[in-house]
Amino acid sequence: MNFEKVSFAFFIVLALTLNFGFFYGEADKIEHHNVYELYSAIVVSLIATVMKLGDRTHMGAVLVATSLVADLQLIIAAITWGYATHIAETGMTPHLMSSIVSLSAGAVLANTTSVILLIVETTVVRH
Amino acid sequence: MEHVFYLLLRRLRAPIILVIIVYAISILGFVLIPGQDDQGNPYRMDFGNAFYFVSFMGPTIGFGEIPYPFTPMQRAWTTFTLYLCVISWLYSIGTIFALLQESNFRRVIRRTGFAGRIRWIREPFYLVCGYGVTGNRLVHSLDARGIQTVVVDIEQRLIDQLDADKIGLSVPCLCEDAADPDVLALAGIRSDLCIGVLALTNDDHTNLTIAIDSKLVKPNRLVISRTQSKETTDNLASFGTDYIIDPFETFADHLILILKDPYKHLIHELIVNPHHNVSTNPHQDTTGRWVICGYGRFGKALESRFKANNIDATFIEVDPKMRNAPEGTILGVGTEADTLLEAGIENAVGIIAGTADDADNLSIIITARNIKPELVTVARQNLGANKPVFNAADVNLIMQSGRIIADAIYMHIRTPLLMDFFNHLRQCDEQQARQILLDITATLQQFELNVWTIGVTKAESPALYDAIRTGHPVKLGSLIKDPRDRQESVAALPLVVKRGREFTMQPPPSMRLQINDQILFCGQAPAKMFMLWTINNHNVLRYIKTGIERPDGFVWRWLYDKQRKRRKLEQTP
Repeated sequence: MNFEKVSFAFFIVLALTLNFGFFYGEADKIEHHNVYELYSAIVVSLIATVMKLGDRTHMGAVLVATSLVADLQLIIAAITWGYATHIAETGMTPHLMSSIVSLSAGAVLANTTSVILLIVETTVVRH
Repeated sequence: MEHVFYLLLRRLRAPIILVIIVYAISILGFVLIPGQDDQGNPYRMDFGNAFYFVSFMGPTIGFGEIPYPFTPMQRAWTTFTLYLCVISWLYSIGTIFALLQESNFRRVIRRTGFAGRIRWIREPFYLVCGYGVTGNRLVHSLDARGIQTVVVDIEQRLIDQLDADKIGLSVPCLCEDAADPDVLALAGIRSDLCIGVLALTNDDHTNLTIAIDSKLVKPNRLVISRTQSKETTDNLASFGTDYIIDPFETFADHLILILKDPYKHLIHELIVNPHHNVSTNPHQDTTGRWVICGYGRFGKALESRFKANNIDATFIEVDPKMRNAPEGTILGVGTEADTLLEAGIENAVGIIAGTADDADNLSIIITARNIKPELVTVARQNLGANKPVFNAADVNLIMQSGRIIADAIYMHIRTPLLMDFFNHLRQCDEQQARQILLDITATLQQFELNVWTIGVTKAESPALYDAIRTGHPVKLGSLIKDPRDRQESVAALPLVVKRGREFTMQPPPSMRLQINDQILFCGQAPAKMFMLWTINNHNVLRYIKTGIERPDGFVWRWLYDKQRKRRKLEQTP
C-alpha cells in the first residue's frame, strides 16, 4: 500500500462525489444546490491537483490536466455565484443558478475522466 | 528547464496543500460563525466576503473588518486563523528559499542552463574536456577562427577563469567530472553538430573514458586525446582514437629535430608559429654530449631518441633504482654544482632540466650556466603560471607541454594534411629540406605565412572538378597563376599532394591533378583568395588554362558560338 496513491485516490474520488452532490438536482432550482458543497468540492479538487503536480509520468501529467480542468470549471462557477449574490442587482436568479450548475456539470465530467484514468492505472499496474 | 520545474513542484507540494487547507478552514469558519450587521440583526458572512477577508488577513495586510464590525466570536476566530495563515506562508516561503540554497538544486539549475545553451548551438562545435593550459590555448585559437567550442572541466577555478577570459564566441562551460557519461551527454557528445571530442584532462583514465564514449556513440567522429603513459596510448589507439598526443614524446621529437635537422625544425617553426621570429637560431653548435636532469617519462622519451640518433647523454636522477635509470646515471637532483660537475658538465654541450618541479629546473639551469656560460639550455616548464620566470631566465628552449599539445591539436584540426606533411618531411634528406625551406622563404618574402588545403571535390572546387571530370586536364601549376593576369603567379607554394594513400612532396607544377586529390599550400594570405577564385569559377579557370576570356550567359554564349561559326564559314571557302 502506497500512502501517496491512497490519498490521491481519496481526494480525486471525494472531489467527484462532492461535485456530483452539488450538481444533483434540478438545474434552475436554487434550493437544490448547496453552496457548502460547491466550496468543499473546490477545496478538495485543488488539493487533488497539487498532489499530482510535479509527477513526471505520462499518467500523472494527464491527471494534472484533467483536475486542472475541474478546478477551472468550479472556480468559474464560484465566481458566477459571487457575481450573482454581490454584484448583480437581481441577486441569484434561476438563470444564473443553471449556469453555475452546468459549469459544475463540466467539472463532474473532468473529475469522472480523472477517476476513470485512475481505475485504468490501477488495473494495469499489478504490483 | 523542465527538470528544474518538476523538481520545484514536487518539493512545493506539501506547503501548497497546507496553504489550501488553512485557507479552507479559515473561510469555512467565517461563513459558519454568526455575526451582526450594523442594525444589530443576525448576519452570516457568505463565501465571497469570507474569501475576500481571508485573502487580505492571511498575508497580514488587513484592510479591516468587513462588511460589518466583527462580533467577539469572529475576532477570536480571526486571531486564531491569522497565526495559522502566517505559519503556513512562512513554511511555504521557507521551503522555496531552502530549495534555492540547496547545492543539489543549484547543480540541477546549472546543468539545465548548460544543456539549454548546448541545444541553442546551431553550428558545428568541438567538445573540449579539460580547460588547463592546453584547453585554454586551444579554445582561444579555435575561437580566433570563429570555431565554436564547449568546455567541461572538473575544477571550478578553471571554469571561472573561462568566464573571465575574453572570448569572442559564447562558450558554454560546465564544472563537472567529464568521466561521467551523463555529463558528456549534457555537453552534446550525442549531438550531430559535435564534430570533434578533445580529451585534454590531466587524468589518463578520464581521457580514456571520454574517448571510448565518443567512439561508441559515433565511430567516425574525430577524437583527440592527450596521454601520459605508453599503456594509455596503446589503449586509446586500440579503439581508433584519431590522434593521440603525448607531450613528452612530442617534445623529444621536436628537440631531436632541432639538434639533428635544423632546416626541418625551421620549416616546422615557420608553419606552426607564423609570428615567431626564427631568423635568430640560438642552437648553433649542438654536437656533443648532453646532461639530462630527471629520468621520468620525459627523460625516458629523450633517452630513446638520443640513442636512436647516436647522441651521448648523461642522466642525473634522484632515485635511479626506482626508475630503472641506465648505467652511469649520477645520483642527485642537479641543482648543486657538485652533482653537475660529477656528470661532466664542463665538457657537455648542453643541459636539459627535465624534472617535474619548476623551481628545481630553473635552479639547475642557473647553476649549470654559472659553471659553463656557453651551455645550450633546455628547461621543462610544468606550470603555465611560471611563464614569466622562465622567460626571465633566458633559457634557449622552454618545453611547455600544454602549449605543445595545444599547437599540435590545433594544427590537426585546422589542416590535417599538415601532419602528413611533417611526417614525410622527417623522412626527407637534409638537401631536400633545405630546398623546401628556401622555396618557402622565397614565396613568403617578409609576409606572414598561411597554410591551406584544397581538395579536388565537387563541393570544394566545382570548376576544377568539372574541368577534370569532362576530360580537360588541369596542371598543378595552373592553380598558382594569378587569375587577373595569367603571366603572373600568386605567392603560394604547393607543399604536398595527397592522392589516395600516396604523398608527393615538392610536387612539380607540371603534375596533372586528379579527382579527390588533396593539395597543401603555403603562402601569403591573399594568395588563398585568388586560388579560391580559380577553383570555383569556370571562366576564370578557362582563362588561366587558355588565356581566352569567354563571355558567359545564354545570350552571350549563343552570340559567341554564332560568331565562331561565321568565322569558320568565312575561313572554309
